[in-house]
Amino acid sequence: MGGLDVRLLQSGPFALDVSLCCAPGEVVALLGASGSGKTTTLKAIAGLMRPQGGRVTLDNETWFDSDAGIFVRPEARRVGFVFQDYALFPHLTVLGNVTLAMGHVEASQRAERGAEILARVDISPLAGRRPDGLSGGERQRVAIARALARDPKVLLLDEPFSAIDRPARQRLKEEVRSLALSVSVPIVLVTHDIDEAAALASRLVIIDAGRTIASGTPHDLMTAPGSARVAEIMGLGSVRF
Amino acid sequence: MDWTAFWLSLKLAFWTALLLLPLAIATGRALAFKRFRGKSFLEALVLLPMVLPPTVLGFYLLTVLSPTSVIGGGLAGVFGSPLVFSFAGILVASLLVNIPFAVQPIARAFESIPETIREAGFVSGLTPFETFKKIELPLAWPGIVTALAMVFAHTLGEFGVVLMMGGNIPGETRTMSIAVYDSVQGFRFSDAGLMSGVLVVIAALAVTIVLAMSRRYGTGRRP
Repeated sequence: MGGLDVRLLQSGPFALDVSLCCAPGEVVALLGASGSGKTTTLKAIAGLMRPQGGRVTLDNETWFDSDAGIFVRPEARRVGFVFQDYALFPHLTVLGNVTLAMGHVEASQRAERGAEILARVDISPLAGRRPDGLSGGERQRVAIARALARDPKVLLLDEPFSAIDRPARQRLKEEVRSLALSVSVPIVLVTHDIDEAAALASRLVIIDAGRTIASGTPHDLMTAPGSARVAEIMGLGSVRF
Repeated sequence: MDWTAFWLSLKLAFWTALLLLPLAIATGRALAFKRFRGKSFLEALVLLPMVLPPTVLGFYLLTVLSPTSVIGGGLAGVFGSPLVFSFAGILVASLLVNIPFAVQPIARAFESIPETIREAGFVSGLTPFETFKKIELPLAWPGIVTALAMVFAHTLGEFGVVLMMGGNIPGETRTMSIAVYDSVQGFRFSDAGLMSGVLVVIAALAVTIVLAMSRRYGTGRRP
């Protein structure tokens, strides 16, 4: 499986000029302030919004190409998406949430495969519960399980730790890190927390007002942010250039 | 107790609810999720029957559907008889009068579904129709039940527009509420009291269903 290559261009209603690439098994963090276009970028990759211009390709597959008039609908993109609010289906059980994302699996095998995925993220005892009775950490695991149930070619995580308290957050970060190693697909993580980004991602893409203004390894950007704005977004305080 | 009127009222309420339901789901969903030109106008149009005096609506229907008018004459040709002073006529009137009671609760129910829930359906591999069937419809269900209860109860109680459009023909257009009026006019107060009591019970049941459904919205069905 090849890497994800994204180029998004838009002049309005909100401007976009974003470039990023992500290799299989790599975690790339999109870092930026609130409203900078991070979630919009994820949605464009997933096909939940159609930018005016650009390309989204994965290996040999073209999901979006404005010049060629290609736009693959989200249900055909095989993307695993963990939403910031988790967006679990409130009328379904935990297992129901997971098996609903298994349209590509034989109906007779869905329950078994679903149980395997729940075991993988350590929530098997919750299989029959509804989302409204779960803690933030449990919901996050269900959201991850549902994203994995798609057998995704790309994993998109939108501020996945924002609704979780601090002690649980550290443990979940470890689990996401080991998940990244095991799934071998490109993972794009949206965050505004530099510590989170540095802990999980091998590369950072800094987005400001819809534009990519810097990219590089956490170490490179921390030691040489290149501009005051990048340093500010990374929370580096006063840095000499 | 005028049992003929009772069964006619139930028949009218049943057909009104059944015929209005798909239209209300389509319209309510469009108002909740779609952006389109003339949306405000459509919203106003949906609410109009609620604020218009029923007799005014009845008068216009009587005029438009009269066999002497172009539309009424054409429809009489299609159905074989004029719509005015017939069950089909009061059904048309009932459908129009009930549009706001059907569309509003359903639109509110669809609106309460967070956008990310629908998006989660799409990225989980569901087509827009599957997302509608498996995600939106079950979540909007309390609103749909509320709409059905409102339409049913309101149709049983409708008086002005039915009288204008259908008159008072036993077995054809005389509904319970018209029968109550008729009984009072004829000093048959015990009949009127019994039929009024039945209407009160049905209305109370409908309100109970509506309240139960409204409570359900606020008790954790949303993430």
